[in-house]
Amino acid sequence: MHYQSQAVARLYFIGALGLFVGQILFGLILGTQYVIGDFLFPAIPFNVARMVHTNLLIVWLLFGFMGAAYYLVPEEAETELYSPLLAKLLFWVFLVAGALTVLGYLLVPYAGLARLTMNDVLPTMGREFLEQPTITKIGIVIVALGFLFNIGMTILQGRKTSINIVLMTGLVGLAVMFLFSFYNPDNLVLDKYFWWWVVHLWVEGVWELILGAILAFVLIKVTGVDREVIEKWLYLIIAVTLITGILGTGHHYYWIGTQEYWQWIGSVFSALEPIPFFMMVLFAFNMINKRRRNHPNKAAALWAMGTAVMAFLGAGVWGFMHTLAPINYLTHGTQITAAHGHMAFYGAYVMIVLTIISYAMPHLRGHGPTSGDQSQVLEMWGFWLMTVSMVFITLFLTGAGILQVYLQRMGETPGSFMDVQEKIAFFYWLRLFSGLVFMGGLVTYLASFFTKAPAGAAAEVSA
Amino acid sequence: MSERFTISTSRNIFFGGSVFFLLVFLGLTMGTLSGLPERDNRANITPQVALGKKVWENNNCIGCHTLLGEGAYFAPELGNVYGRRGGADGGLEFIRDWIRAQPSGVEGRRQMPQFNLSEEELEAVAQFLKWTSEINTAGWPPNREG
Repeated sequence: MHYQSQAVARLYFIGALGLFVGQILFGLILGTQYVIGDFLFPAIPFNVARMVHTNLLIVWLLFGFMGAAYYLVPEEAETELYSPLLAKLLFWVFLVAGALTVLGYLLVPYAGLARLTMNDVLPTMGREFLEQPTITKIGIVIVALGFLFNIGMTILQGRKTSINIVLMTGLVGLAVMFLFSFYNPDNLVLDKYFWWWVVHLWVEGVWELILGAILAFVLIKVTGVDREVIEKWLYLIIAVTLITGILGTGHHYYWIGTQEYWQWIGSVFSALEPIPFFMMVLFAFNMINKRRRNHPNKAAALWAMGTAVMAFLGAGVWGFMHTLAPINYLTHGTQITAAHGHMAFYGAYVMIVLTIISYAMPHLRGHGPTSGDQSQVLEMWGFWLMTVSMVFITLFLTGAGILQVYLQRMGETPGSFMDVQEKIAFFYWLRLFSGLVFMGGLVTYLASFFTKAPAGAAAEVSA
Repeated sequence: MSERFTISTSRNIFFGGSVFFLLVFLGLTMGTLSGLPERDNRANITPQVALGKKVWENNNCIGCHTLLGEGAYFAPELGNVYGRRGGADGGLEFIRDWIRAQPSGVEGRRQMPQFNLSEEELEAVAQFLKWTSEINTAGWPPNREG
């Protein structure tokens, strides 16, 4: 750690990992409800648990992105953070607002929460992933503005590296696209059209810039390869990302009331969306092969390579599988989508946040480049358990999805939704089992933070 | 990558390419919006249908169901439920009666909560689902099972 103010990142990373545990707990509840329909009913209905599961994911990834920014921006800019105090303040504001929102989901019926938070004044609730009360959404915007101001001022005062510029572009894009969550017309088609400007242009657009910037930063640190080379790759990858991804939005406009020409635009451009992810694989492995130093943090290098591979599989391959319009006609809104969603989010965004945590946390804790061998071993066990179980979750959901498509949409005598769900329950059991292994992996991963500190750790001052 | 391919080349590809495709996307969006009135059934958005959408949102229906294929995959697609459950021949009544009768209480089976909707809200959400079923969705879903 080169700058004292980078220390605020530690708070964000701890907060992120805490919420990650909550997300997985609710994932296990959902997985159980898929096979034991009345599990925890009526205390926690499925829609409530799902909202907690997805919202916690979004919030902890945002904490992770912010922590990453607070860690890497000062180091890249070669200056202290503009205001560490503001960063700490915004952390607590965001955490308390997030906690209150989740408590609201769990303790009050959703319609009651809508009344309580005066949703009628500016109705934005009740849409997938954007379930937060309007007042929480406003809070998110305020936190985002404060965060961008803090990071922006830091960048302006210091060295303007490509990594900082790309990260900042991604973060500004994130905040700008979120503003479309406030647009909720009575016309469902228009509502859906612009809802995707938040959801798609986040995860298949600006978030990939953030992902690329963090990956590039960690690769520079871990491999010692020239910044020139890495930044060239970074720009090229995110160029292809947006060139394919912006019009790739079209793959959501096949069946929601929009014109048929979107079937062509969406199919062609989203078929190209795996390319930037494949470039990311080439990038990560090339840089590791050309490394000029053997960084002792093997776990960080493993996470970096893992991110590239799993993002390519989850977002690239599993996305391509059902993105062409004639195929999507059959798979739209089935477990195929769920399979893709799980591996893409894990592979791209969960893993990139765990990559930067892996690299930064030993420094933040004053341990030097690693927190010792025992910690590294546990962390790598966590990596493999979580990653392999996520591969199985994805495979089982894909199996369930293929059967669902066949039984419900292809046969001579299509089965009803619920009849088909019962027929494919076996795969849901296997998915639940994989989920339990994932939780085991997460516990193992977290245990890596509680090993004995390495000898001589005090050499690097903890903040 | 060759030496001639400099960092500023790749930066220019990024900014140039992104801005170009963003403008194309905005252009396509304008074209789409101007053609939507013929497809999205907006002429039939009555105050009742608008209220129905609000009831749909305020009870987080999307947390279990899909609507035009988007949402959660725990419960049936509702974009075509009006047609699947009788259409002009009792579709609205079926939807109202179904919501009123929840939860089924059948052991081990997926349960839909009781939302305690007023008669006005029940009628509105049924009308909203009828309206949704009349959007031109390019022939999706493939069959009435959704």
